[in-house]
Amino acid sequence: MRESFILALVLTLGGVGQGVAEETAQAIGDPEAGADVWILCSGCHQIGPDAEIGIGPPLSGIFGRRMASVEGFPYSRSMMRMGRDGLIWSLETLDAYIENPRVLVSGTRMGFEGLEDPTERADLLAFLREFSDKPSNIPEAAPTALAALPTLSDETLAIVGDAAYGEYLASECTTCHQRDGSDRGIPSITLWPEENFVLAMHAYKQKLRPHPVMQMMASRLSDEEIAALAAYFATLGR
Amino acid sequence: MTLNRRSFLGTGLALGAALSAPRAIGQAKPRVVIVGGGAGGATAARYIAKDSQGAIDVILIEPTRTYYTCFFSNLYIGGFRELNSIAHNYGGLASEYGVNVVHDWVIGVDRDAKTVSTAAGHSLAYDRLIVAPGIDFVDGAVPGWSTAAQNKMPHSWKAGSQTQLLKAQIEAMPEGGTFCMVAPPNPYRCPPGPYERISMVAHVLKERNPTAKILVADPKPKFSKMALFQEGWERHYTGMVEWLGPDFGGGNVSVDPDAMTVDIDGSVEKVDVCNVIPAQKAGHIAQVAGLTDASGFCPIVPATMQSRMDENIHVLGDATIAGDMPKSGFSANSQAKVAAMAVRAALTGSRAFPAKFSNTCWSLIDTDDGVKVGASYQATEEKIAKVDGFISQTGEDAALRKATYEESLGWYAGITADMFG
Repeated sequence: MRESFILALVLTLGGVGQGVAEETAQAIGDPEAGADVWILCSGCHQIGPDAEIGIGPPLSGIFGRRMASVEGFPYSRSMMRMGRDGLIWSLETLDAYIENPRVLVSGTRMGFEGLEDPTERADLLAFLREFSDKPSNIPEAAPTALAALPTLSDETLAIVGDAAYGEYLASECTTCHQRDGSDRGIPSITLWPEENFVLAMHAYKQKLRPHPVMQMMASRLSDEEIAALAAYFATLGR
Repeated sequence: MTLNRRSFLGTGLALGAALSAPRAIGQAKPRVVIVGGGAGGATAARYIAKDSQGAIDVILIEPTRTYYTCFFSNLYIGGFRELNSIAHNYGGLASEYGVNVVHDWVIGVDRDAKTVSTAAGHSLAYDRLIVAPGIDFVDGAVPGWSTAAQNKMPHSWKAGSQTQLLKAQIEAMPEGGTFCMVAPPNPYRCPPGPYERISMVAHVLKERNPTAKILVADPKPKFSKMALFQEGWERHYTGMVEWLGPDFGGGNVSVDPDAMTVDIDGSVEKVDVCNVIPAQKAGHIAQVAGLTDASGFCPIVPATMQSRMDENIHVLGDATIAGDMPKSGFSANSQAKVAAMAVRAALTGSRAFPAKFSNTCWSLIDTDDGVKVGASYQATEEKIAKVDGFISQTGEDAALRKATYEESLGWYAGITADMFG
């Protein structure tokens, strides 16, 4: 992921790349490894063409399904409320639920502690995804991979950052990222070219780059604020 | 030797191309032969000719002189388009872009000699071959139906005379008669297409023959835009459409074209019009050329659309196994641009950028009631993977639906210009 992102950045910035560039979407996870993780679930849940209600609802076709929508399954009131609110099982909601069920659905009946390891969750999700609709047959079916690059409109890229506003916003960044550009465990972002900065921050915001703290920081920033930060860090110390 | 920018940029790949893909002997320019002039083939021909500016010799082999787009052919059935508005010819590709358009059938591919042979007896050498033959039907897919019976029970899944025939049959239905569709199993050309067709047939019958019935026998439990179509049928054509999924025998169907009967899970229905859309496979020439696998379709390398069977051949559109991409004109057009870029890079050393694919399928449910589904895709090593998408929602207001329909008109004008110039 990281390598392909960096390569993509180089290309975006007009590097003299020749031939067919390698830019690939990122797989959700390894479905074969996920089949091993599935053992944690299979005591209660069934999956596959003949899956039925067991202790838990069947998980065939879970992607794109409204929560609490398997007829005949006695869901918790919490889960029913989620369903009525229109929440849909997706990569994001499933990942959050599997990580810690009670964080997403407080009163869930699912007796599962949660799965802390993000790789195991990703592999499990990749396994589960194989039992839901295929986008080739049903184009609106859930994605089967994660995009390699943030998709930014020309308008977003063209925003001219307000460096003064960026300086103000940057106080949050410089708690960790050193203004002088020193690189001790936390990478330097000082004097980064603006476009690289904007692309990287949007990649975090769109959860394409994996670092959870950066995802959280970026998720709170508007397009203008990202541009402002980029403008500030690009000129810092000059 | 003076270095100019072009030769500098081009050197690395041109050398690579020279080693891996020697030009056919005796040819001045590298040559691309394209089999099939639909959304994939015509787009590829235009883009390679346009962007190589004469550096590549482009030959497009297409049997028909007038091409009727499958997309929007349902709108012709519904009375929203004239037939001539979905008809296109290849004059612009020849005159404006210098494409050598050959109206002939390719009947064989010699992959070792890198030549194709045609029904008229010609042999044409290629450096790269692009195969874009669309679909053919699987023999025996619907018991009782065959190509010989396609006038009694039209498929109308390749546009033109079949579409005209089906429209005429619908308009000639007796009062209160029955229209039956035998819907195809996955995978097939245009996932929402059968259901847009049902909508268009219902639109015609509501005007001309409001007591008529529409019966759909479907082997699939679920189809694209299902909730949108079902909502629309209920709203616009209340009580007219009966859809039988596999739970009601929709997957166990045989037909008798002479008796005009359809047997759905043992229950025999007399029908007035029967639109049989059989199971599909890659266009026959793809199989002849050895490009298909056991599925009947062609595996491809996602980043370049090269055949997994032969690196000198690219396959486009409905004939491919394009990962998460549906079989649609939009998809084929999108894939053609990726392939055109890869072909030019291989033959002339031009720059190639990362493959990006997209698709949108618009469907019309009734007058000014348009819906759409779309997605963007990226190549992984194994497949073209869906990474994002959108779909119209149930309960949208009339203004949005009208805007969606109008957007589809713009798209039609755009894609046909992108194909034919």
